[in-house]
Amino acid sequence: MISLTINEKHVEVPEGSTILDAARKLDIHIPTLCHLNLHDIKMVNQGATCRVCMVEVAGRRTLAPACATPVAAGMEVKTHTPRTIIARRTVMQLILSNHPKDCLICAKSTDCELQALAAELSIQNIRYTGEMAQFKKDESSPAFVREMNKCVLCRRCETMCNQVQTVNALSGLNRGFRTTVGTAFNLPVIDTTCTSCGQCVAVCPTAALSEVNNVGKLLRLLNDPDKYVVVQTAPAVRAALGESFGIPPGTPVTGKMVAALRQFGFDKVFDTNFAADLTIMEEAAELIHRIKHGGKLPILTSCCPGWVKFFEHQFSDMLDVPSTCKSPQQMFGAIAKTYMAQELDIDPARMAVVSIMPCIAKKYEAGRAEMNADGYPEVDLVLTTRELVKMIREAGINFAGLPDEPFDDPMGESTGAAVIFGASGGVLEAALRTAYDWLTGQSLEKVDFAQLRGIKGIKQATIPIAGMDVKVAVASGLGNARQLLEDIRAGKAEYHAIEIMACPGGCIDGGGQPYHHGDISIIEKRARALFSEDKGNRLRKSHENPAIKKLYADFLGEPHSELARQLLHTQYVKRSRV
Amino acid sequence: MRKIATPKDLAEAHAKLRPLMALRAEGDKSADKRELLICGGTGCQSSQSKELLAALNKEIKAAKLQKSVTAQITGCFGFCEKGPIVKVFPDDVFYTEVTPEDARDIVRSHLEGNTIVERLLYEDPARGGLRLEKQHDMDFYKKQMRVALCNCGLINPELIEEYIAAEGYLGLSKCLSAMKPAEVVAEVKSSGLRGRGGGGFPTGLKWEIAARQKNDVKYVICNADEGDPGAFMDRSILEGDPHSIVEGMAIAAYAMGSRYGYVYIRAEYPLAIERLQRAVDQAREAGFLGENILGSGFSFDIELKYGAGAFVCGEETALIHSIEGGRGEPTSKPPFPAEKGLWGRPTIINNVETFANVPQILRRGAAWLSAFGTEKAKGTKVFALAGKINNVGLVEVPMGITLREIIYEIGGGIKDGKKFKAVQTGGPSGGCIPAGDLDIAIDYEALTARGSMMGSGGMIVMDEDNCMVDIAKFYLDFTMEESCGKCTPCRIGNKRIHEILTAITDGKATMEDLENLSSLSRVIQDTALCGLGQTAPNPVLSTLKHFWDEYVAHVVEKRCPAGVCINLLDFVISDACVGCGLCKRGCPVSCISGEKKQHHTIDISRCIKCGACEGKCPIHAIVRQ
Repeated sequence: MISLTINEKHVEVPEGSTILDAARKLDIHIPTLCHLNLHDIKMVNQGATCRVCMVEVAGRRTLAPACATPVAAGMEVKTHTPRTIIARRTVMQLILSNHPKDCLICAKSTDCELQALAAELSIQNIRYTGEMAQFKKDESSPAFVREMNKCVLCRRCETMCNQVQTVNALSGLNRGFRTTVGTAFNLPVIDTTCTSCGQCVAVCPTAALSEVNNVGKLLRLLNDPDKYVVVQTAPAVRAALGESFGIPPGTPVTGKMVAALRQFGFDKVFDTNFAADLTIMEEAAELIHRIKHGGKLPILTSCCPGWVKFFEHQFSDMLDVPSTCKSPQQMFGAIAKTYMAQELDIDPARMAVVSIMPCIAKKYEAGRAEMNADGYPEVDLVLTTRELVKMIREAGINFAGLPDEPFDDPMGESTGAAVIFGASGGVLEAALRTAYDWLTGQSLEKVDFAQLRGIKGIKQATIPIAGMDVKVAVASGLGNARQLLEDIRAGKAEYHAIEIMACPGGCIDGGGQPYHHGDISIIEKRARALFSEDKGNRLRKSHENPAIKKLYADFLGEPHSELARQLLHTQYVKRSRV
Repeated sequence: MRKIATPKDLAEAHAKLRPLMALRAEGDKSADKRELLICGGTGCQSSQSKELLAALNKEIKAAKLQKSVTAQITGCFGFCEKGPIVKVFPDDVFYTEVTPEDARDIVRSHLEGNTIVERLLYEDPARGGLRLEKQHDMDFYKKQMRVALCNCGLINPELIEEYIAAEGYLGLSKCLSAMKPAEVVAEVKSSGLRGRGGGGFPTGLKWEIAARQKNDVKYVICNADEGDPGAFMDRSILEGDPHSIVEGMAIAAYAMGSRYGYVYIRAEYPLAIERLQRAVDQAREAGFLGENILGSGFSFDIELKYGAGAFVCGEETALIHSIEGGRGEPTSKPPFPAEKGLWGRPTIINNVETFANVPQILRRGAAWLSAFGTEKAKGTKVFALAGKINNVGLVEVPMGITLREIIYEIGGGIKDGKKFKAVQTGGPSGGCIPAGDLDIAIDYEALTARGSMMGSGGMIVMDEDNCMVDIAKFYLDFTMEESCGKCTPCRIGNKRIHEILTAITDGKATMEDLENLSSLSRVIQDTALCGLGQTAPNPVLSTLKHFWDEYVAHVVEKRCPAGVCINLLDFVISDACVGCGLCKRGCPVSCISGEKKQHHTIDISRCIKCGACEGKCPIHAIVRQ
């Protein structure tokens, strides 16, 4: 332990702690901007670039950044002297002198860390003005917009993209005042190895990175009398939506969400969970087929579009390893525009499928050329949880006060196995519940696979099923996925099935969720919300979903039937590594 | 060269090679032989010193003197104002500003006829143009003391034999055969040697910290990313005495327990790279690098890494990231590189000049170096003298010498008899020191106390024609462009400072801007991430302090007292005009009117202040007002 004083208060912290850590222990607040420590997912942005957290350390010539200065024995720190306050205010004014002042119409307004900090430091004028950055807006991606004039060069996105996700799509470019974060050769981001996972957006303190906002398009769809608009909501959305309306994190708000969506005038409010159960049917069948017929193992899940694009770029020699199943979002669209359109007697050309997703990569996925059912795009429009929050606010809905309403039938029916898709480990757990029953011919009693749950980057387990040790692994975060895949490629690891999610912790931490602003404990709470929904469901195995049974009986035949393969399965594209 | 496997081999090789120095170091005239040494550095090569060497060899051959006369290159003599230099041994005659056309005279008159070529001798302006033939009689050299540059102008840097003849590698041999690593550290510590590249951190202490680290891999890095505009001391050492760097690094490696070394060298220094690479190859062949050096069991090797021309990569953490293949950006210290450096391993980084001092400290002992200098700064420092000074060049002086001695005695005073205004030390981030401080004894602390710094040793002299606001702007222009852009104060703050300075020189600033200039500068010094940012405002703060009136004149009177800031002055034609019409014909915007032989006038409203007329007027009748 290292002993030091901050503002003449004595504190002891472990060696290697920073001044900021020590100050937090004393409940002394030092303002920060660039700093972000998401220790649980190994994301530590400690570049000390913004110079907001500067403090006085006795014996040191210059001020020290609290976020990146390790404590030393006997250190005497002062956090709020006139010298530090002047320095902080000046630094903040410099940042603002090169930041657009269009807060009124900014995507991040009221949710912006820079705006909040300016208020905290009560910056009311900017003493130093001058030239401002003139970077071109990058709107090439259907998932997110890069507006680098709003960048404060905290470099969180770079740390996330390179160190956590190992995608390496972003890096510092240029020098001096023209410094920015950009792609190799300044290519439009759509032409890079970017997976659209959205974790850069999730940690950006300003609106330099933000999701493509589809609220306007949705309103026009809903306003079109010729359109029959159905909506699906991903499992992770209900676990986080309440946070934006003063409901404690970890509270599932499924019923209120359905009620709110119904108020917007959707013709049907359905659930992606229905399609998650369908995915399990197809994926478990595929797994069993591969196990029984000596097919390619392990099988890798393919629900996550960020992960799909990642392996298409980085592991293009292994394109036969992932499951051929489309994601639940796309399966939903495929069924909606075929089976459901028939059932409802609606011309698929008139039907619009809208998704509410925790994810920005889903916007990209919906636009992939192969994602169509009988020539119609499976999903017409994708909005994130954050966009839904904006719509609910704009509509003046008292969300917390809404009554719980149920989803519409039949594509609103789902099991507990489906809702846990939103948390890391959930897809595999759901698949095991079904695979067990199918392989053994018996009904699994203890359906919880706790060893696969939690925010840990890589989880492994061996599950005895029908006299056979089924080895499984779960990775969340693309860096962890890379590690697992490299081990497999090198022949160092053998598994039957692997679940991979691009976002650390799974979809609950998706790039389209309400901002966690550095409080990663919120992710565990969201996971608990999903597992409690699972527990509360009468049906906890996908193959027990009566609506799914009916779908196979009336329409698809059986898992992996020709029609199922045509509608619910896909193939992958070899992409370049740079 | 055949492998030198033991200290004894080296002693024998040295004894055998020592006669190479007989004519030069000892002035031995008994042999009836002569040697010519010609500047072979980058500066003089661009003044045709290569052609000069070829011409001399041709003339020597023509005169059939090959057996008794040799001509070869050597490192920088430092007297760049008068280069290229040809020095004749053992006669000890120093020819200046020699061209290839002069080769014939030198050979025929001096070498054949034993008559010195008077016209090529240095004319001492202080003594009415008296021609001096000996280097040590010249004011430029009298107060100099060469340690880091000791072999420049003495040996051929391309031959390891010459380096050994000049006692090269004896320091390393002494370390490996008779000293423990801790004793080497102690010796360097007690010499008082401090880093010559900028901060002046005690070298021995740095080595000690690195030696203390428990790690099986450690690195030694030589920082040869000399980036200060106008500074070329490191380049000159690398070109003139590359083996001293190899030896210095090997000693450091032995002291700290490292076996890998890198030289991070600017790709813009092709000649230095060529000579250093040759020295490394020769040293490896001779057994001073590689496995089991001199049979001691100690192994060490050096690799060259090229810098791509970013000034900030001279900062040690940025340099490390650049070697690692990352973006050249500094990171927060602590941890210091000596604890956690290249690839996370303990690393010592010293600059070229620092390493050049090391072999001699080990060979001659710590007390030899610490005998001269000031209390806190021992030994010598190399400065690159430039600006409005008569003797532009490279000088090495003992610490504690005054600025006045350097500028007026060594430097020969201000050009064209103008008045001294300030001297800027320490490269672009140094401060401007006014006439009142000319008598301070130079060391690290004295310069820092005056708002400047030692830096790597740039020394730029300004005279009455320099506008100090313009000077500050010039330096900020450099640091602003070279900022890596990582931290806010440097990226945006220095840009804002530059903008305020531009407003001042454009006559658009207010007194409030001056206040902002000063307060912003102070915050940048206090908050920037690395040395580049922290020191960038030095030229502003030092000129604000010493030349406040000049700033006020720009702001309040909208006037540039030195007549430099073009937006604050007009070109007018004085009464001396004879009406020749040259200005009128030279004006690109045709704003000058006047009849032949009549007084001409400039239409100020259309004048673009290009200054073309000023250059055309034969009688200097065009003045800035």
